[in-house]
Amino acid sequence: MLSYIARRLLLMPVSLLLVLGIVFLIVRITGDPVEIYLGPEATQEQIDLLRSELQLDRPLWEQFAIFLADVLRGDFGTSIQHKAAALPLVVERLGATVELAAIAFALAIVAGVGLGILAAVRVDRPADFVISSIAVAGQSMPSFWLGILLIQLFALDLGWLPTSGRGTAAQLVLPAVTLATFILPNFVLVTRTAILEIARDPFVMAARARGASEGRILFAHVLPNALNPVISLAGLQVGRLMGGAVVTESIFAWPGVGRLIIASVFQRDLPVVVAAVFIVSLTIVVTNLLVDLAQATVDARIRLG
Amino acid sequence: MIGSTILAAALGLAILGPWLAPHDPIQQNLMIRLRPPFWGERTVQGYWLGTDNYGRDILSRLILGTRFSILVGISAMLIAGAIGSTLGLVAGYFGGRWEQVIMRFADAYQALPDILLAIVIVAVFGGGLFNLVIVLGVSGWSVYVRIVFGLVRSWRERPFIEAAVASGAGDVYIMARHILPQIVPVLVVVSTLQVAHMILAESALSFLGLGLPPPTPTWGNMLAEGRDRLLVAPWIANLSGLFIILVVSGINFFGNGLREYLDPKARNGR
Repeated sequence: MLSYIARRLLLMPVSLLLVLGIVFLIVRITGDPVEIYLGPEATQEQIDLLRSELQLDRPLWEQFAIFLADVLRGDFGTSIQHKAAALPLVVERLGATVELAAIAFALAIVAGVGLGILAAVRVDRPADFVISSIAVAGQSMPSFWLGILLIQLFALDLGWLPTSGRGTAAQLVLPAVTLATFILPNFVLVTRTAILEIARDPFVMAARARGASEGRILFAHVLPNALNPVISLAGLQVGRLMGGAVVTESIFAWPGVGRLIIASVFQRDLPVVVAAVFIVSLTIVVTNLLVDLAQATVDARIRLG
Repeated sequence: MIGSTILAAALGLAILGPWLAPHDPIQQNLMIRLRPPFWGERTVQGYWLGTDNYGRDILSRLILGTRFSILVGISAMLIAGAIGSTLGLVAGYFGGRWEQVIMRFADAYQALPDILLAIVIVAVFGGGLFNLVIVLGVSGWSVYVRIVFGLVRSWRERPFIEAAVASGAGDVYIMARHILPQIVPVLVVVSTLQVAHMILAESALSFLGLGLPPPTPTWGNMLAEGRDRLLVAPWIANLSGLFIILVVSGINFFGNGLREYLDPKARNGR
């Protein structure tokens, strides 16, 4: 178990290094930050001065090393728009995003696995047909439109829930549901398939032959074994969840990292964009690690292999 | 069947769009702003699905939007498929260090969601059709790597590959001539489903204002414009949303049908 954890921990910095490398390449090779800082009317001397101040006259790999050293110290530069350090601006909004994403993630897993179990138990009956069809259609649903439909129905027509903002529990409902639907259909379909596959294994027949009740077979024999692909899926979906959070936040004016990123893109506020992308990637990597550990706890083959 | 019908209709709209659209999609007419579709009141003759905030014909904009979505979806899929399949082929065929580097790279890449990469690229380069296709194409490669890698590794061990190696065929020749044809059916299915995925991603980016700039008629742009007028003109957002889900589910149905057709195991029941 310890060597497994160690191996997973080693992969984390590799992921983050890769993300930083890609972002660095895109930002540095193409856009000259000096022009953005100084504007078009700067003189050549001003440009040269700032360029050597920011160490942009060094070779690219040296610049990357400097960039990495800055990142390790938590220094992503100064926001052009807010005139403040970029990282604290992002971290300030991280709570809102994590709150939204965590609730949506839990909702998607609980509802998705629940509906998947229901569909598998009633396989080839009307309930299975309805759940599976909606799940397949849900994979084609643009979730941002679903968010808009929910606003129309529950906020504008019925007036039960607020359209946007953050603070009360009521304001959390629509964004969380919308974000959950980005990944929920996959959980339904994978749970259903996993259960149906495990249920055909001989050991299930053996349990039935020993006279175990159907409920006991499902919960004590089939489900623990079907959990593995579902947890794998959860790991794969973390990235999509965080991507969806950016869209969802902008639909519901949720004051999180996603909205900050979008606003910063329009202002070409690159330090904030880079810091925010890094923080979101860090969130994804940490969550993935937790998912891997959960899987290792459930599945001895991974733990020992 | 339903899938191929919708897909054919969407392709038809994409190709014949400019001739089918009853009006110019960016022609403004402020006299007939925000008129509802044919089932509403105060409709205007000839504008079946109503008009938007600038009096532009929604039907025409939806039809022309099909063209952008299909174009972006297919081109982005081709780029992602070319990059991903090549890397997957190399990783699966050569194994060893190639496999380590490429597959770890694909693993690590999960930490950067498509939409975030797209945001960074748009922040630096700006929006536009070309950038949009590149963004989606480059960010979608890892799906192909995983699938192609798994397939190639299983084919690699077959006797006929060994025979080809023994008869002195080069690596590139074996990959192109013996292995690639085996994985084409799966690639076709994956690519179909990827087009649907790309179209959804494209409309999400346009919706965020990171796609093609207005007044270009894309579904995502229309949804974003409609969102600001939900109270007075809900049809703008809803008709575009409806169009997206129709076309995307059509492609998904088609892809799933294709998978069952190409895979005898799925055809003869589970």
